[in-house]
This record gives sequence, C-alpha cells and structure tokens, in this order.
Amino acid sequence: MTSPELVCPAGTPAALRTAVDAGADAVYCGFQNATNARNFPGLNFTVPELERSVVYAHAHGTKVLLAMNTYPPAGKITLWKDAIDTGIRLGVDAFIVADIGVAHYIATNYPDARLHLSVQAAASNPESIRYYCQEFGVKRVVLPRILTVPEIRSLAAEVPCEIETFIFGNHGLMVEGRCSLTNYISGLSTNLDGVCSPAAQVEYIRDAAGNVSTQLGEFTIDCFGCSETAGYPTICKGRYTTPAHDDGYYAFEEPISLNLSPLLPELIDAGVHALKIEGRQRSKAYVKKVVSAFRKAVDDISSGQKAQLADLLALTEGQKETQGAFKSKTWR
Amino acid sequence: MTQLTLGPILFHWPAQQKIDFYARIADEAAIDTVYLGEVICSKRSPFFDKHYAEVTERLERGGKTVVFASLAEVMLKRERNMMAGFCEETDHMIEVNDTSGLWHLSGRPHMIGPLMNVYNEDTMAYLASKGATRFCLPPELPGTSVVVMCEHAKTLGVSIEVQVFGRSSLALSARCYHARAHGRIKDNCQFVCEEDPDGMPLDTLTGQRFLAINGIQTLSHTYLNLLPELSSLKAMGVSHFRLVPHTQDMVAVAQIYRDTLDAKTTADEAESKLAGLDIPAPFANGFWHGKAGHLRVQ
Repeated sequence: MTSPELVCPAGTPAALRTAVDAGADAVYCGFQNATNARNFPGLNFTVPELERSVVYAHAHGTKVLLAMNTYPPAGKITLWKDAIDTGIRLGVDAFIVADIGVAHYIATNYPDARLHLSVQAAASNPESIRYYCQEFGVKRVVLPRILTVPEIRSLAAEVPCEIETFIFGNHGLMVEGRCSLTNYISGLSTNLDGVCSPAAQVEYIRDAAGNVSTQLGEFTIDCFGCSETAGYPTICKGRYTTPAHDDGYYAFEEPISLNLSPLLPELIDAGVHALKIEGRQRSKAYVKKVVSAFRKAVDDISSGQKAQLADLLALTEGQKETQGAFKSKTWR
Repeated sequence: MTQLTLGPILFHWPAQQKIDFYARIADEAAIDTVYLGEVICSKRSPFFDKHYAEVTERLERGGKTVVFASLAEVMLKRERNMMAGFCEETDHMIEVNDTSGLWHLSGRPHMIGPLMNVYNEDTMAYLASKGATRFCLPPELPGTSVVVMCEHAKTLGVSIEVQVFGRSSLALSARCYHARAHGRIKDNCQFVCEEDPDGMPLDTLTGQRFLAINGIQTLSHTYLNLLPELSSLKAMGVSHFRLVPHTQDMVAVAQIYRDTLDAKTTADEAESKLAGLDIPAPFANGFWHGKAGHLRVQ
C-alpha cells in the first residue's frame, strides 16, 4: 500500500517547525493578509519568515504548500499576484488556490508551478474537478467535507489528479467557499477577506446569574447556563429557534470536531493521496500532539499494522467528535 | 436598455403554485427575462420537470426570454446525470450555478449564476473567453468591485446582472437544515421545506430575526432592496436587474423596479410603494455598501 502524504497546519513559523519535527510530509501556510482563508490576527507569515521556513522545511524533506485560497475582489487582485510571485521566488512546492483568475495567473505565468485546488473551490464532483485539471493543470484536489468514503472511492477512479481529504480538526457545516454568513453579520467576508467569525466582533455577555450569551456583531449566537462552558460564537455552531424548536437547537451542527482516525484505513484504501489536518489557528502543543499521532497511525497502516491512535478526543472542539459526512450519508 | 429579470424560484412551491405564478408573470409582469429551474435541491426536480415545456411556452408567448438555471450543488450520480442532460439543452441559454456546468458548456455560449464564485475581472475574463456572456454577481460583492467588473465587462462584450430584490443567498451545505429541524435527514425529508414558501425563520435565542432556511440553503432574513441604488448601478453599466421570487406580489414588485429604472417614479416613492406590499422583513443593502449584509445603509 502506498503511504499517503500527511499535510499539516502551520499558522506560525514556530508551528511550522513543530509540524516538520513531528513528521509532517507537507505543511500548509499563508501570508499575513487576505490572500489566505485563515486571515486571523497573530497568524501567518511575513515574507522573511516564510523564506526561512521554506529553507527549514526543505532541509528536513518536508514540502511547503502556500494557501492562496481566497477570492480576490475586483480591483484588488494585485495583492494575490504579488503573493504568488513571492511564493515562486521563495520556492514553495505548491499553491493551494480556489479562484479561477488566480489559477489562470499561475498556470499562465508559472507553468511549472504545482497547483492544488483548495477545498474553498467546492469541487464536489468529477466534472468540476476535471474542469480545473484540464484548464489549469491542477495536480491535486482537496475535497469538500461533504462526501462519504464510498463516494470518495468512486470519485478517485474518475479524476485525473490526486485527492486530499481532511481527517481532523474544525468542522464547518457549510460547503467551504460557499458561505457568506460571517459577512452578513460582520461586514468581513470569508471568501474575500479570509475571515470567519472575527474575534474583534465577538463578545461574551454575562448576566447577574452567571449565564453567558455569546455575540457576533449584533447577533446572539448562543447562550450558556452558569454550569456550561461558553463556546466561541461560530455562526454554524450556534443555537437558534424556529417554529419547530421554540426552545432553541443547533440548527446547523453542534460544536463538534472532525476526527476520521477510525476511518483512516478505509480512506487510504479508497485512493486518497493526502490526509489533511486542520488547525492553523491552534497552538504548537496541539500541532505536535496531533501530527505525531497521525504520523504513527499512517506509518502503522502503511506497514500493514493496526493503527493505535492516541486518544485525540481531548483536543477536539467541545470534546465532541464526529466523522461527519464521511461515515454515512445520514449526516446530510 | 436595462432589463428586469426574475431569478429562479429558490423555494419548494407546489407545482400548481409555480404554474399559476408564471402564468401571471407571463401575462402581467414588466419582466424581460425569466430564469427557470430547480437550483437548490435535486430531490424537488421531479415535481416540476413535466411542466417546464408548458411554462416556457407560456412565458415566451408573453414576450419573456427564458433561461434555464442549473442546480447549484452536484454530488450524487443522479445529480451529475441531471447536470449533463440539462447542459444538452440547445434552444435556451443556460445559467451555470456549479462548476460542473463549465465542464459541459465551455466553448458554448452560457451564463454564470450568482452562486458561482466570480468575484473579479480576471475570473470573468477567463470565463468570457470560454463562452460566458452574462454574469450575475455574488450577493456579497460590494459596489466598489461591481463598478470594476462593469468596466471590464464592456471591454469583454459581456453583461452584468445584480440581484436587487429578495432574500440574499448566504450559504449552501450538503446537509438539509429543513429536514434537521424536523428530526429527519435529507434522504427522508418528506419535502417538509414545502411548508415555508419564503424560507423557514431562524431567530436568535434572544429573539432577533436572523436567517431563513431553505433546505440546504441559508438565506438572509432581510430582503435585499437596491431601489435607492438603482440609478448608480445603471450608471456604472449594470444592464440586468434580478428580482428573487417570493410569495409577495411579484408583479407589483416588478412594476416598482421597472418604473424606478425608467425614472417614472422617484426612489423614495418606489420605496414607500414597496413597503406597502407586506414584505415580512426589513430591507437591507449592507453588502452593496461594503458593510454587514443585514444592514440598511441610507
């Protein structure tokens, strides 16, 4: 069995070194601006930081994938083109792109550069994927988190490129690249600005009895009793009311994380070439623990042994985990 | 010449309601182009498939141009086949709402729907070179970018369409939230979405009106209303103005927008007429002004 590539998050230079040391085959990262979908304060790389990080990663045999996976709004695409030019100069191993204009720019100006299609492009069927492969020479697609393993297996047989799937981490409920809920509330866009539920607009409001309501902009995303831990107000993980649930319910999904470790052998057997761990916003300690655990699991499976995964549950959001759509279409 | 268009019906209305709706549009509405098709859920399609020919004919006899709008999310084998078959249509233009449509239609004239991520001039130019002739821009694209798109559209010889009325589409998922609200899953939904012809209200725990659910789609609670902005949209070169169908009186809505485009009424008068139509939510235009989408910027 071929061993799949383990693709790990690097939100900072320190996290990048940690992921490399813990056995990542590839790390993905972005610049400190709107060109990537994790445009959070305190995250991401300056140009000199990325330059040093590429040298470090390459010295340890790890690839660096540059996330260029937001959509430039008309009139501002120069920022993306400059970032691409810089990435080429620094010798990154691939660009992760979503926008057709961005993909076309790379394919035209740097025909030898390797292109990965971001999950933000929401290519969920063989025809969409073939389109990007044919038009821009895309070499790998990161699949949306909406397909079951049997669906991935059948898709893998029909597309002319490698397949990457998420295996662990935050689990957004909307199709990536097709959600403007954050912009509706905050005026900052996930697709255009790389922002989801911006911290600057988050408030935790505690009442006299100790209950906490979490707010994003003007809207209440959830309310917690004094015995509960208030979660971060991500719109698709909030509680709301509707006529069938006048007491409030998780209309989209509970605060829950994706953990596909039980499905790893099946995923690898289905023809997945690369396994992606989410979490550029997470700590070095998190990166170390998760990457090390999955490194061992992938190596065990590849050598025909049963994977003994350390319990990763403690690291998941709200300590609840799911296999999402991957396990069964009943998720839908 | 500005064109008023009627987007596809996004909600699950009974077949007879759609037939009656389009008959009235054909006979009475000041609308130039009507987009027909099930965009949101492939499971709903069989209910109306047999009526498209009749409705198309009726609309065309009423002087409307008919465009077929594609499904927005294509995942299952059945949906892929639907999309492939749909793209074989040659008598009418097709509006693409999922990238798989580009695979089928590249090299042939087609249109790009608002659920495609065409946010910039480079993407528009690339798609235009492959046959795209009209671009209905994503709801969240601000006016400052639309003006740039319009300048480039002129050079490319393509037209720009912008939604100016109705709930804004905010998100798509693989999960059906209508089914979830009723303790069901998508495969066993029993078409409960039919109960909410303008979307299922989702309010916050503190009682704020927030969103509207339509199967796998999440929309704004607010209704987009760009009446005050129409003259500037027109001036920058937007040629097609889209109304999203709701259960309110769309013939009246169309007339208000037509009269405003033709400067037969002032935006203020138009606004008070629109407010008189029992729209069940506040108006918003925040996205256009680069602000939070739920806001109404004066």
